Amino acid sequence: MYPILVLSVTGLVTLFLGFLKSKKILLPASLLFVAIAFLSNFIDWNAPGLYFYDMLEATNLSIIFSSIILLSAFLVMALSKGFLDDEHAQPAEYFAILQFSLVGAIMMTNFQNLIMLFVGVEILSVSMYILTGSDKRNIRGNEAALKYFLMGSFATGIMLFGMAMLYGANYTFNISDARILLLQPVTDVRPVFLYVGVTFLLIGLLFKVSAAPFHFWTPDVYEGAPTIFTTFMSTVVKTAGFAAIYRILEVSFSPMYNFWWVMIVTMAILSLFISNITAIAQQSFKRMLAFSSISHAGYMLLAVVGLNNKSGDSIVFYSLAYALATISAFGVLMIVSKDRLVDGRPNENIAVLNGLSKKSPFLAVVLAISMLSLAGIPLTAGFWGKFYVFTDAASRGHIWVLVIAIMMSAVGIYYYFKPIIAAYMKEGEGENIRLSAFYKIILGLTTAGSILLGLFPDLIRELL
Amino acid sequence: MQSQIPDIFQIPLINYVLLASILFIIGIVGVLIRRNAIIIFMSVELMLNAVNLLLVAFSSYRSDPAGQVFVFFIMAVAAAEVAVGLAIIVMIYRNIRSIDVSLLDKLKW
Repeated sequence: MYPILVLSVTGLVTLFLGFLKSKKILLPASLLFVAIAFLSNFIDWNAPGLYFYDMLEATNLSIIFSSIILLSAFLVMALSKGFLDDEHAQPAEYFAILQFSLVGAIMMTNFQNLIMLFVGVEILSVSMYILTGSDKRNIRGNEAALKYFLMGSFATGIMLFGMAMLYGANYTFNISDARILLLQPVTDVRPVFLYVGVTFLLIGLLFKVSAAPFHFWTPDVYEGAPTIFTTFMSTVVKTAGFAAIYRILEVSFSPMYNFWWVMIVTMAILSLFISNITAIAQQSFKRMLAFSSISHAGYMLLAVVGLNNKSGDSIVFYSLAYALATISAFGVLMIVSKDRLVDGRPNENIAVLNGLSKKSPFLAVVLAISMLSLAGIPLTAGFWGKFYVFTDAASRGHIWVLVIAIMMSAVGIYYYFKPIIAAYMKEGEGENIRLSAFYKIILGLTTAGSILLGLFPDLIRELL
Repeated sequence: MQSQIPDIFQIPLINYVLLASILFIIGIVGVLIRRNAIIIFMSVELMLNAVNLLLVAFSSYRSDPAGQVFVFFIMAVAAAEVAVGLAIIVMIYRNIRSIDVSLLDKLKW
Protein backbone atom coordinates (compact mmCIF):
# COMPACT_ATOMS: atom_id res chain seq x y z
CA MET A 1 0.00 0.00 0.00
CA TYR A 2 2.85 2.43 0.88
CA PRO A 3 4.44 2.17 -2.60
CA ILE A 4 1.34 3.95 -3.94
CA LEU A 5 2.05 6.95 -1.73
CA VAL A 6 5.80 6.85 -2.38
CA LEU A 7 5.51 6.60 -6.15
CA SER A 8 2.81 9.26 -6.43
CA VAL A 9 5.14 11.74 -4.74
CA THR A 10 8.36 10.65 -6.43
CA GLY A 11 6.68 10.74 -9.83
CA LEU A 12 6.01 14.43 -9.31
CA VAL A 13 9.55 14.95 -8.00
CA THR A 14 10.90 13.28 -11.15
CA LEU A 15 8.93 15.71 -13.30
CA PHE A 16 10.57 18.61 -11.48
CA LEU A 17 14.01 17.01 -11.83
CA GLY A 18 13.42 17.39 -15.56
CA PHE A 19 14.02 21.13 -15.17
CA LEU A 20 17.67 20.47 -14.40
CA LYS A 21 20.16 20.99 -17.23
CA SER A 22 21.80 17.61 -16.77
CA LYS A 23 19.63 14.62 -17.66
CA LYS A 24 22.12 12.23 -16.06
CA ILE A 25 20.57 12.50 -12.61
CA LEU A 26 17.21 11.11 -13.76
CA LEU A 27 18.14 7.45 -14.08
CA PRO A 28 19.82 7.05 -10.65
CA ALA A 29 17.07 9.13 -9.04
CA SER A 30 14.29 7.01 -10.55
CA LEU A 31 16.05 3.79 -9.61
CA LEU A 32 16.38 5.09 -6.07
CA PHE A 33 12.68 6.02 -5.96
CA VAL A 34 11.59 2.59 -7.15
CA ALA A 35 13.95 0.97 -4.65
CA ILE A 36 12.40 3.05 -1.85
CA ALA A 37 8.95 1.99 -3.02
CA PHE A 38 10.12 -1.63 -3.05
CA LEU A 39 11.32 -1.41 0.55
CA SER A 40 8.24 0.48 1.75
CA ASN A 41 6.18 -2.35 0.31
CA PHE A 42 7.31 -4.63 3.11
CA ILE A 43 6.02 -2.41 5.92
CA ASP A 44 2.73 -4.29 5.60
CA TRP A 45 4.40 -7.71 5.54
CA ASN A 46 2.56 -10.16 7.83
CA ALA A 47 0.28 -7.29 8.87
CA PRO A 48 -2.68 -7.63 6.53
CA GLY A 49 -5.29 -4.92 6.71
CA LEU A 50 -7.69 -2.64 4.89
CA TYR A 51 -6.76 0.89 3.92
CA PHE A 52 -8.58 4.04 2.79
CA TYR A 53 -12.09 3.10 3.98
CA ASP A 54 -11.93 -0.49 2.63
CA MET A 55 -10.67 0.59 -0.77
CA LEU A 56 -7.39 -1.35 -0.70
CA GLU A 57 -6.34 -4.47 1.13
CA ALA A 58 -2.74 -5.41 1.84
CA THR A 59 -2.11 -9.16 2.05
CA ASN A 60 1.15 -11.06 1.78
CA LEU A 61 0.18 -12.24 -1.68
CA SER A 62 -0.54 -8.73 -2.93
CA ILE A 63 2.74 -7.53 -1.43
CA ILE A 64 4.62 -10.25 -3.31
CA PHE A 65 2.85 -9.30 -6.54
CA SER A 66 3.71 -5.63 -5.99
CA SER A 67 7.31 -6.60 -5.30
CA ILE A 68 7.55 -8.50 -8.59
CA ILE A 69 6.09 -5.48 -10.39
CA LEU A 70 8.53 -3.09 -8.73
CA LEU A 71 11.46 -5.43 -9.33
CA SER A 72 10.64 -5.75 -13.05
CA ALA A 73 10.20 -1.98 -13.29
CA PHE A 74 13.58 -1.46 -11.62
CA LEU A 75 15.32 -3.80 -14.05
CA VAL A 76 13.58 -2.28 -17.09
CA MET A 77 14.47 1.24 -16.00
CA ALA A 78 18.07 0.16 -15.46
CA LEU A 79 18.20 -1.19 -19.02
CA SER A 80 16.94 2.13 -20.43
CA LYS A 81 20.33 3.84 -19.92
CA GLY A 82 18.40 6.97 -19.00
CA PHE A 83 17.25 7.47 -22.63
CA LEU A 84 20.43 9.48 -23.16
CA ASP A 85 21.14 7.94 -26.57
CA ASP A 86 18.05 9.43 -28.18
CA GLU A 87 18.15 13.18 -28.69
CA HIS A 88 14.35 13.42 -29.13
CA ALA A 89 13.61 11.54 -25.92
CA GLN A 90 12.03 13.24 -22.90
CA PRO A 91 13.63 11.25 -20.06
CA ALA A 92 12.03 13.13 -17.16
CA GLU A 93 8.53 12.58 -18.53
CA TYR A 94 9.21 8.94 -19.37
CA PHE A 95 10.48 8.15 -15.90
CA ALA A 96 7.63 10.07 -14.27
CA ILE A 97 5.03 8.23 -16.37
CA LEU A 98 6.67 4.89 -15.59
CA GLN A 99 6.40 5.66 -11.87
CA PHE A 100 2.78 6.78 -12.17
CA SER A 101 1.93 3.64 -14.12
CA LEU A 102 3.40 1.60 -11.26
CA VAL A 103 0.89 3.26 -8.94
CA GLY A 104 -1.88 1.87 -11.15
CA ALA A 105 -0.25 -1.55 -11.29
CA ILE A 106 0.02 -1.74 -7.50
CA MET A 107 -3.60 -0.67 -7.11
CA MET A 108 -4.51 -3.61 -9.34
CA THR A 109 -2.73 -6.04 -7.03
CA ASN A 110 -4.45 -5.02 -3.80
CA PHE A 111 -7.82 -3.52 -4.66
CA GLN A 112 -10.70 -4.30 -2.36
CA ASN A 113 -13.26 -2.25 -4.27
CA LEU A 114 -14.11 -2.38 -7.98
CA ILE A 115 -13.62 1.40 -8.19
CA MET A 116 -9.96 0.91 -7.31
CA LEU A 117 -9.64 -1.88 -9.87
CA PHE A 118 -11.02 0.42 -12.56
CA VAL A 119 -8.84 3.37 -11.56
CA GLY A 120 -5.76 1.16 -11.36
CA VAL A 121 -6.37 -0.40 -14.77
CA GLU A 122 -6.86 3.03 -16.28
CA ILE A 123 -3.79 4.62 -14.70
CA LEU A 124 -1.68 1.77 -16.01
CA SER A 125 -3.29 1.72 -19.47
CA VAL A 126 -3.28 5.46 -20.12
CA SER A 127 0.39 5.62 -19.14
CA MET A 128 1.15 2.78 -21.51
CA TYR A 129 -0.72 4.48 -24.40
CA ILE A 130 1.54 7.50 -23.98
CA LEU A 131 4.75 5.48 -23.75
CA THR A 132 3.84 3.32 -26.75
CA GLY A 133 3.55 6.44 -28.88
CA SER A 134 6.52 8.18 -27.29
CA ASP A 135 8.59 7.95 -30.49
CA LYS A 136 6.55 10.62 -32.22
CA ARG A 137 8.33 10.62 -35.59
CA ASN A 138 8.05 6.89 -36.05
CA ILE A 139 4.96 5.94 -38.03
CA ARG A 140 5.00 2.38 -36.68
CA GLY A 141 5.06 3.67 -33.14
CA ASN A 142 2.13 5.96 -33.96
CA GLU A 143 0.17 3.08 -35.39
CA ALA A 144 0.90 0.92 -32.38
CA ALA A 145 -0.18 3.71 -30.02
CA LEU A 146 -3.48 4.23 -31.84
CA LYS A 147 -4.24 0.51 -31.98
CA TYR A 148 -3.39 0.08 -28.32
CA PHE A 149 -5.44 3.12 -27.37
CA LEU A 150 -8.57 2.16 -29.33
CA MET A 151 -8.46 -1.49 -28.29
CA GLY A 152 -7.60 -0.62 -24.70
CA SER A 153 -10.41 1.88 -24.24
CA PHE A 154 -12.81 -0.54 -25.93
CA ALA A 155 -11.77 -3.17 -23.39
CA THR A 156 -12.23 -0.64 -20.59
CA GLY A 157 -15.78 0.01 -21.80
CA ILE A 158 -16.55 -3.71 -21.72
CA MET A 159 -15.01 -4.09 -18.27
CA LEU A 160 -17.05 -1.15 -16.96
CA PHE A 161 -20.26 -2.59 -18.32
CA GLY A 162 -19.46 -5.75 -16.41
CA MET A 163 -18.86 -3.75 -13.23
CA ALA A 164 -22.16 -1.87 -13.67
CA MET A 165 -24.02 -5.17 -14.11
CA LEU A 166 -22.34 -6.59 -11.00
CA TYR A 167 -23.46 -3.48 -9.15
CA GLY A 168 -26.99 -4.14 -10.37
CA ALA A 169 -26.77 -7.68 -9.02
CA ASN A 170 -25.08 -7.04 -5.69
CA TYR A 171 -25.48 -3.30 -5.00
CA THR A 172 -21.95 -3.14 -3.71
CA PHE A 173 -18.51 -2.60 -5.22
CA ASN A 174 -16.74 -4.25 -2.32
CA ILE A 175 -15.46 -7.62 -3.51
CA SER A 176 -15.65 -9.34 -0.13
CA ASP A 177 -19.25 -8.22 0.42
CA ALA A 178 -20.09 -9.42 -3.08
CA ARG A 179 -18.83 -12.88 -2.15
CA ILE A 180 -21.11 -13.02 0.90
CA LEU A 181 -24.06 -12.11 -1.33
CA LEU A 182 -23.08 -14.80 -3.84
CA LEU A 183 -23.38 -17.45 -1.16
CA GLN A 184 -27.01 -16.52 -0.51
CA PRO A 185 -29.94 -17.91 -2.55
CA VAL A 186 -30.73 -15.84 -5.63
CA THR A 187 -33.97 -14.17 -6.69
CA ASP A 188 -35.64 -12.75 -9.86
CA VAL A 189 -33.34 -11.15 -12.47
CA ARG A 190 -30.24 -11.09 -10.31
CA PRO A 191 -28.53 -14.13 -11.88
CA VAL A 192 -28.73 -12.53 -15.35
CA PHE A 193 -27.00 -9.38 -14.15
CA LEU A 194 -24.50 -11.46 -12.28
CA TYR A 195 -23.57 -13.70 -15.20
CA VAL A 196 -23.38 -10.82 -17.67
CA GLY A 197 -21.32 -8.86 -15.16
CA VAL A 198 -18.78 -11.60 -14.45
CA THR A 199 -18.41 -12.41 -18.15
CA PHE A 200 -17.85 -8.80 -19.23
CA LEU A 201 -15.54 -7.99 -16.33
CA LEU A 202 -13.37 -11.00 -17.13
CA ILE A 203 -13.35 -10.20 -20.86
CA GLY A 204 -12.16 -6.67 -20.08
CA LEU A 205 -9.37 -7.90 -17.84
CA LEU A 206 -8.31 -10.69 -20.21
CA PHE A 207 -8.05 -8.06 -22.95
CA LYS A 208 -5.44 -6.31 -20.84
CA VAL A 209 -3.34 -9.43 -20.33
CA SER A 210 -3.78 -10.32 -24.03
CA ALA A 211 -5.30 -13.78 -23.76
CA ALA A 212 -6.73 -15.15 -27.02
CA PRO A 213 -9.23 -14.41 -28.59
CA PHE A 214 -8.56 -10.85 -27.35
CA HIS A 215 -4.91 -10.89 -28.32
CA PHE A 216 -4.97 -9.36 -31.82
CA TRP A 217 -3.56 -6.01 -30.68
CA THR A 218 -0.59 -7.57 -28.88
CA PRO A 219 1.85 -8.40 -31.73
CA ASP A 220 1.32 -5.04 -33.42
CA VAL A 221 1.67 -3.00 -30.24
CA TYR A 222 4.67 -4.96 -28.99
CA GLU A 223 6.41 -4.59 -32.34
CA GLY A 224 5.62 -0.91 -32.84
CA ALA A 225 6.44 0.36 -29.36
CA PRO A 226 10.04 1.24 -28.43
CA THR A 227 11.66 -1.97 -27.14
CA ILE A 228 12.21 -0.64 -23.64
CA PHE A 229 8.49 0.04 -23.23
CA THR A 230 7.60 -3.28 -24.81
CA THR A 231 9.62 -4.90 -22.04
CA PHE A 232 7.76 -2.89 -19.45
CA MET A 233 4.42 -3.79 -21.03
CA SER A 234 5.10 -7.50 -21.24
CA THR A 235 6.29 -7.79 -17.64
CA VAL A 236 4.59 -5.17 -15.44
CA VAL A 237 1.23 -5.01 -17.22
CA LYS A 238 0.95 -8.78 -17.45
CA THR A 239 1.84 -9.38 -13.80
CA ALA A 240 -0.58 -6.69 -12.64
CA GLY A 241 -3.34 -8.04 -14.90
CA PHE A 242 -2.98 -11.56 -13.59
CA ALA A 243 -2.80 -10.37 -10.00
CA ALA A 244 -6.13 -8.58 -10.60
CA ILE A 245 -7.77 -11.56 -12.34
CA TYR A 246 -6.66 -13.94 -9.62
CA ARG A 247 -7.76 -11.57 -6.86
CA ILE A 248 -11.23 -10.93 -8.22
CA LEU A 249 -11.85 -14.63 -8.94
CA GLU A 250 -10.41 -15.87 -5.67
CA VAL A 251 -11.89 -13.30 -3.30
CA SER A 252 -15.19 -12.63 -5.01
CA PHE A 253 -16.27 -15.22 -7.57
CA SER A 254 -14.89 -18.49 -6.27
CA PRO A 255 -18.45 -19.68 -5.37
CA MET A 256 -19.28 -19.36 -9.09
CA TYR A 257 -16.41 -21.59 -10.23
CA ASN A 258 -18.71 -23.82 -12.25
CA PHE A 259 -19.85 -20.83 -14.28
CA TRP A 260 -16.55 -19.22 -15.22
CA TRP A 261 -14.11 -22.08 -15.48
CA VAL A 262 -15.41 -23.09 -18.91
CA MET A 263 -14.74 -19.58 -20.22
CA ILE A 264 -11.25 -19.39 -18.71
CA VAL A 265 -10.27 -22.84 -19.89
CA THR A 266 -11.44 -22.08 -23.44
CA MET A 267 -9.37 -18.92 -23.49
CA ALA A 268 -6.34 -20.69 -22.05
CA ILE A 269 -6.44 -23.36 -24.74
CA LEU A 270 -7.11 -20.83 -27.52
CA SER A 271 -4.17 -18.72 -26.32
CA LEU A 272 -1.87 -21.72 -26.30
CA PHE A 273 -2.91 -22.90 -29.74
CA ILE A 274 -3.01 -19.58 -31.58
CA SER A 275 0.16 -18.11 -30.12
CA ASN A 276 2.40 -21.15 -30.37
CA ILE A 277 1.36 -22.00 -33.92
CA THR A 278 1.68 -18.40 -35.14
CA ALA A 279 5.00 -17.80 -33.39
CA ILE A 280 6.66 -20.50 -35.51
CA ALA A 281 6.24 -18.37 -38.65
CA GLN A 282 7.65 -15.15 -37.19
CA GLN A 283 10.83 -13.61 -38.59
CA SER A 284 10.95 -10.73 -36.13
CA PHE A 285 12.33 -11.54 -32.70
CA LYS A 286 10.15 -8.91 -31.08
CA ARG A 287 7.01 -10.26 -32.71
CA MET A 288 7.96 -13.77 -31.69
CA LEU A 289 8.29 -12.62 -28.08
CA ALA A 290 4.87 -10.97 -28.40
CA PHE A 291 3.32 -14.31 -29.35
CA SER A 292 5.33 -15.94 -26.60
CA SER A 293 3.76 -13.44 -24.20
CA ILE A 294 0.28 -14.54 -25.37
CA SER A 295 1.18 -18.18 -24.82
CA HIS A 296 2.45 -17.44 -21.31
CA ALA A 297 -0.87 -15.73 -20.61
CA GLY A 298 -2.43 -19.07 -21.56
CA TYR A 299 -0.22 -20.98 -19.12
CA MET A 300 -0.96 -18.55 -16.31
CA LEU A 301 -4.69 -18.96 -16.98
CA LEU A 302 -4.22 -22.67 -16.25
CA ALA A 303 -3.35 -21.75 -12.67
CA VAL A 304 -6.60 -19.77 -12.51
CA VAL A 305 -8.50 -22.74 -13.93
CA GLY A 306 -7.20 -24.94 -11.12
CA LEU A 307 -8.18 -22.38 -8.51
CA ASN A 308 -7.08 -23.56 -5.08
CA ASN A 309 -5.25 -22.02 -2.15
CA LYS A 310 -1.88 -22.63 -3.84
CA SER A 311 -2.63 -21.18 -7.28
CA GLY A 312 -1.83 -17.64 -6.18
CA ASP A 313 1.70 -18.83 -5.39
CA SER A 314 1.91 -20.51 -8.78
CA ILE A 315 0.99 -17.29 -10.56
CA VAL A 316 3.56 -15.43 -8.45
CA PHE A 317 6.28 -17.90 -9.37
CA TYR A 318 5.29 -17.98 -13.03
CA SER A 319 5.19 -14.20 -13.38
CA LEU A 320 8.58 -13.85 -11.69
CA ALA A 321 10.16 -16.51 -13.92
CA TYR A 322 8.55 -14.98 -17.00
CA ALA A 323 9.56 -11.42 -16.08
CA LEU A 324 13.22 -12.37 -15.49
CA ALA A 325 13.49 -14.29 -18.77
CA THR A 326 11.64 -11.64 -20.80
CA ILE A 327 13.76 -8.80 -19.45
CA SER A 328 16.95 -10.70 -20.36
CA ALA A 329 15.66 -11.49 -23.86
CA PHE A 330 14.56 -7.93 -24.61
CA GLY A 331 17.74 -6.57 -23.02
CA VAL A 332 19.88 -8.63 -25.40
CA LEU A 333 17.72 -7.59 -28.35
CA MET A 334 18.05 -3.91 -27.40
CA ILE A 335 21.85 -4.09 -27.26
CA VAL A 336 22.27 -6.15 -30.42
CA SER A 337 19.79 -4.28 -32.60
CA LYS A 338 20.76 -0.76 -31.51
CA ASP A 339 23.40 -0.15 -34.19
CA ARG A 340 21.91 -2.25 -36.96
CA LEU A 341 19.43 0.12 -38.56
CA VAL A 342 17.02 -0.82 -41.34
CA ASP A 343 14.86 2.06 -42.67
CA GLY A 344 15.88 4.17 -39.69
CA ARG A 345 14.66 1.62 -37.18
CA PRO A 346 16.64 -0.99 -35.27
CA ASN A 347 16.69 -4.31 -37.11
CA GLU A 348 14.73 -6.71 -34.92
CA ASN A 349 14.79 -9.86 -37.03
CA ILE A 350 16.03 -13.09 -35.52
CA ALA A 351 18.85 -12.92 -38.09
CA VAL A 352 20.34 -9.98 -36.21
CA LEU A 353 21.43 -12.46 -33.53
CA ASN A 354 23.55 -14.44 -36.00
CA GLY A 355 27.02 -15.18 -34.67
CA LEU A 356 26.33 -13.59 -31.31
CA SER A 357 28.41 -16.22 -29.49
CA LYS A 358 31.55 -14.91 -31.27
CA LYS A 359 30.69 -11.23 -30.93
CA SER A 360 29.77 -11.37 -27.27
CA PRO A 361 29.81 -14.74 -25.47
CA PHE A 362 28.19 -13.19 -22.40
CA LEU A 363 25.13 -11.96 -24.31
CA ALA A 364 24.80 -15.31 -26.06
CA VAL A 365 24.67 -17.11 -22.71
CA VAL A 366 22.11 -14.63 -21.36
CA LEU A 367 19.96 -15.10 -24.46
CA ALA A 368 20.24 -18.89 -24.34
CA ILE A 369 19.25 -19.12 -20.69
CA SER A 370 16.32 -16.74 -21.11
CA MET A 371 15.05 -18.74 -24.10
CA LEU A 372 15.45 -22.03 -22.21
CA SER A 373 13.56 -20.54 -19.29
CA LEU A 374 10.73 -19.32 -21.54
CA ALA A 375 10.57 -22.76 -23.19
CA GLY A 376 10.41 -24.42 -19.77
CA ILE A 377 13.54 -26.60 -19.89
CA PRO A 378 14.45 -28.15 -16.50
CA LEU A 379 16.98 -26.36 -14.26
CA THR A 380 15.54 -22.99 -15.26
CA ALA A 381 12.81 -21.02 -13.50
CA GLY A 382 10.42 -21.45 -16.43
CA PHE A 383 10.30 -25.22 -15.90
CA TRP A 384 9.09 -24.92 -12.32
CA GLY A 385 6.65 -22.17 -13.31
CA LYS A 386 5.04 -24.53 -15.81
CA PHE A 387 5.24 -27.43 -13.36
CA TYR A 388 3.30 -25.51 -10.71
CA VAL A 389 0.57 -24.26 -13.04
CA PHE A 390 0.15 -27.76 -14.47
CA THR A 391 -0.12 -29.15 -10.94
CA ASP A 392 -2.86 -26.63 -10.19
CA ALA A 393 -4.82 -27.52 -13.30
CA ALA A 394 -4.44 -31.22 -12.46
CA SER A 395 -5.69 -30.68 -8.91
CA ARG A 396 -9.15 -29.85 -10.30
CA GLY A 397 -8.99 -32.92 -12.54
CA HIS A 398 -8.59 -31.19 -15.90
CA ILE A 399 -6.17 -33.74 -17.31
CA TRP A 400 -7.12 -33.19 -20.97
CA VAL A 401 -6.20 -29.53 -20.62
CA LEU A 402 -2.78 -30.59 -19.42
CA VAL A 403 -2.25 -32.85 -22.42
CA ILE A 404 -2.91 -29.91 -24.77
CA ALA A 405 -0.74 -27.56 -22.72
CA ILE A 406 2.20 -29.99 -22.72
CA MET A 407 1.85 -30.54 -26.48
CA MET A 408 1.91 -26.79 -27.02
CA SER A 409 4.95 -26.28 -24.83
CA ALA A 410 6.69 -28.87 -27.02
CA VAL A 411 5.79 -26.69 -30.03
CA GLY A 412 7.19 -23.74 -28.10
CA ILE A 413 10.59 -25.39 -27.79
CA TYR A 414 10.92 -25.26 -31.58
CA TYR A 415 10.67 -21.51 -31.92
CA TYR A 416 12.49 -20.68 -28.69
CA PHE A 417 15.49 -22.55 -30.06
CA LYS A 418 15.62 -20.48 -33.26
CA PRO A 419 17.38 -17.52 -31.59
CA ILE A 420 19.77 -19.89 -29.80
CA ILE A 421 20.64 -21.59 -33.10
CA ALA A 422 21.12 -18.17 -34.71
CA ALA A 423 23.44 -17.12 -31.90
CA TYR A 424 25.57 -20.25 -31.75
CA MET A 425 25.47 -22.03 -35.12
CA LYS A 426 25.24 -19.26 -37.71
CA GLU A 427 27.94 -16.94 -38.97
CA GLY A 428 27.23 -13.27 -38.49
CA GLU A 429 28.73 -10.02 -39.67
CA GLY A 430 29.60 -6.94 -37.70
CA GLU A 431 32.20 -6.33 -35.06
CA ASN A 432 32.37 -7.37 -31.44
CA ILE A 433 29.84 -5.85 -29.07
CA ARG A 434 31.21 -3.97 -26.10
CA LEU A 435 29.07 -3.94 -23.02
CA SER A 436 29.09 -1.44 -20.20
CA ALA A 437 29.60 -2.91 -16.74
CA PHE A 438 26.14 -1.70 -15.69
CA TYR A 439 24.41 -3.73 -18.42
CA LYS A 440 26.50 -6.75 -17.46
CA ILE A 441 25.35 -6.51 -13.85
CA ILE A 442 21.67 -6.16 -14.74
CA LEU A 443 21.64 -8.96 -17.30
CA GLY A 444 23.78 -11.08 -14.99
CA LEU A 445 21.23 -10.58 -12.21
CA THR A 446 18.24 -11.60 -14.36
CA THR A 447 20.08 -14.66 -15.67
CA ALA A 448 21.30 -15.66 -12.21
CA GLY A 449 17.71 -15.24 -10.99
CA SER A 450 16.40 -17.58 -13.69
CA ILE A 451 18.92 -20.26 -12.78
CA LEU A 452 18.63 -19.81 -9.03
CA LEU A 453 14.84 -20.20 -9.13
CA GLY A 454 15.33 -23.20 -11.39
CA LEU A 455 17.65 -24.89 -8.90
CA PHE A 456 15.85 -23.85 -5.71
CA PRO A 457 12.19 -23.22 -6.59
CA ASP A 458 11.21 -23.44 -2.92
CA LEU A 459 12.85 -20.07 -2.22
CA ILE A 460 9.74 -18.22 -3.34
CA ARG A 461 7.18 -20.85 -2.37
CA GLU A 462 8.32 -20.89 1.23
CA LEU A 463 8.18 -17.12 1.45
CA LEU A 464 4.39 -17.11 1.09
CA MET B 1 -39.94 15.29 -1.51
CA GLN B 2 -42.53 12.57 -1.01
CA SER B 3 -44.21 13.35 -4.31
CA GLN B 4 -41.00 13.17 -6.32
CA ILE B 5 -39.72 9.74 -5.34
CA PRO B 6 -42.52 7.70 -6.94
CA ASP B 7 -41.89 9.47 -10.28
CA ILE B 8 -38.65 7.57 -10.73
CA PHE B 9 -40.34 4.27 -10.16
CA GLN B 10 -43.06 4.86 -12.76
CA ILE B 11 -40.57 3.60 -15.35
CA PRO B 12 -39.47 0.07 -14.43
CA LEU B 13 -35.74 -0.49 -13.88
CA ILE B 14 -35.55 -2.99 -16.71
CA ASN B 15 -36.27 -0.21 -19.22
CA TYR B 16 -33.16 1.65 -18.14
CA VAL B 17 -31.16 -1.54 -18.35
CA LEU B 18 -32.43 -2.19 -21.87
CA LEU B 19 -31.75 1.38 -22.99
CA ALA B 20 -28.22 1.26 -21.58
CA SER B 21 -27.60 -2.13 -23.20
CA ILE B 22 -28.82 -0.85 -26.57
CA LEU B 23 -26.56 2.21 -26.34
CA PHE B 24 -23.69 -0.04 -25.35
CA ILE B 25 -24.27 -2.34 -28.33
CA ILE B 26 -24.44 0.66 -30.68
CA GLY B 27 -21.07 1.69 -29.28
CA ILE B 28 -19.57 -1.78 -29.84
CA VAL B 29 -20.88 -1.95 -33.40
CA GLY B 30 -19.50 1.53 -34.04
CA VAL B 31 -16.05 0.52 -32.86
CA LEU B 32 -16.09 -2.59 -35.01
CA ILE B 33 -17.36 -1.19 -38.32
CA ARG B 34 -16.25 2.46 -38.56
CA ARG B 35 -12.88 3.33 -40.09
CA ASN B 36 -12.44 6.90 -38.88
CA ALA B 37 -10.40 7.10 -35.68
CA ILE B 38 -12.48 9.96 -34.26
CA ILE B 39 -15.75 8.09 -34.83
CA ILE B 40 -14.36 4.93 -33.24
CA PHE B 41 -13.37 7.10 -30.33
CA MET B 42 -16.89 8.58 -30.15
CA SER B 43 -18.32 5.06 -30.08
CA VAL B 44 -16.07 4.21 -27.13
CA GLU B 45 -17.37 7.29 -25.32
CA LEU B 46 -20.91 6.13 -26.07
CA MET B 47 -20.10 2.81 -24.42
CA LEU B 48 -18.80 4.60 -21.34
CA ASN B 49 -21.89 6.79 -21.14
CA ALA B 50 -24.16 3.77 -21.46
CA VAL B 51 -22.37 2.40 -18.40
CA ASN B 52 -22.88 5.69 -16.59
CA LEU B 53 -26.61 5.57 -17.31
CA LEU B 54 -26.80 2.01 -16.05
CA LEU B 55 -24.95 2.85 -12.84
CA VAL B 56 -27.11 5.89 -12.14
CA ALA B 57 -30.29 3.91 -12.77
CA PHE B 58 -29.27 1.14 -10.38
CA SER B 59 -28.07 3.69 -7.88
CA SER B 60 -31.29 5.70 -7.73
CA TYR B 61 -33.53 2.63 -7.63
CA ARG B 62 -31.69 1.35 -4.61
CA SER B 63 -31.03 4.81 -3.07
CA ASP B 64 -27.40 3.77 -2.80
CA PRO B 65 -24.85 6.51 -3.57
CA ALA B 66 -21.93 4.19 -4.44
CA GLY B 67 -23.01 3.90 -8.07
CA GLN B 68 -23.12 7.65 -8.54
CA VAL B 69 -19.66 8.00 -7.01
CA PHE B 70 -18.40 5.48 -9.52
CA VAL B 71 -19.91 7.60 -12.32
CA PHE B 72 -17.75 10.53 -11.24
CA PHE B 73 -14.67 8.33 -11.42
CA ILE B 74 -15.65 7.16 -14.90
CA MET B 75 -16.16 10.75 -16.07
CA ALA B 76 -12.78 11.87 -14.71
CA VAL B 77 -10.95 8.91 -16.22
CA ALA B 78 -12.77 9.32 -19.54
CA ALA B 79 -11.57 12.93 -19.65
CA ALA B 80 -7.98 11.77 -19.14
CA GLU B 81 -8.45 9.20 -21.87
CA VAL B 82 -9.80 11.83 -24.25
CA ALA B 83 -6.73 13.99 -23.65
CA VAL B 84 -4.33 11.16 -24.45
CA GLY B 85 -6.42 9.75 -27.28
CA LEU B 86 -6.82 13.03 -29.12
CA ALA B 87 -3.09 13.67 -28.72
CA ILE B 88 -2.36 10.31 -30.35
CA ILE B 89 -4.80 11.04 -33.19
CA VAL B 90 -3.23 14.50 -33.79
CA MET B 91 0.23 12.88 -33.80
CA ILE B 92 -0.92 10.43 -36.48
CA TYR B 93 -2.56 13.17 -38.52
CA ARG B 94 0.72 15.11 -38.55
CA ASN B 95 2.55 12.14 -39.96
CA ILE B 96 0.16 10.71 -42.56
CA ARG B 97 -2.37 13.57 -43.07
CA SER B 98 -5.28 11.22 -42.42
CA ILE B 99 -7.01 9.52 -39.51
CA ASP B 100 -8.41 6.59 -41.46
CA VAL B 101 -7.42 3.51 -39.48
CA SER B 102 -7.35 1.32 -42.60
CA LEU B 103 -4.32 3.34 -43.81
CA LEU B 104 -2.41 2.13 -40.77
CA ASP B 105 -1.15 -1.22 -41.99
CA LYS B 106 2.62 -1.02 -41.47
CA LEU B 107 2.51 -3.60 -38.71
CA LYS B 108 1.31 -6.66 -40.64
CA TRP B 109 3.38 -9.70 -41.42
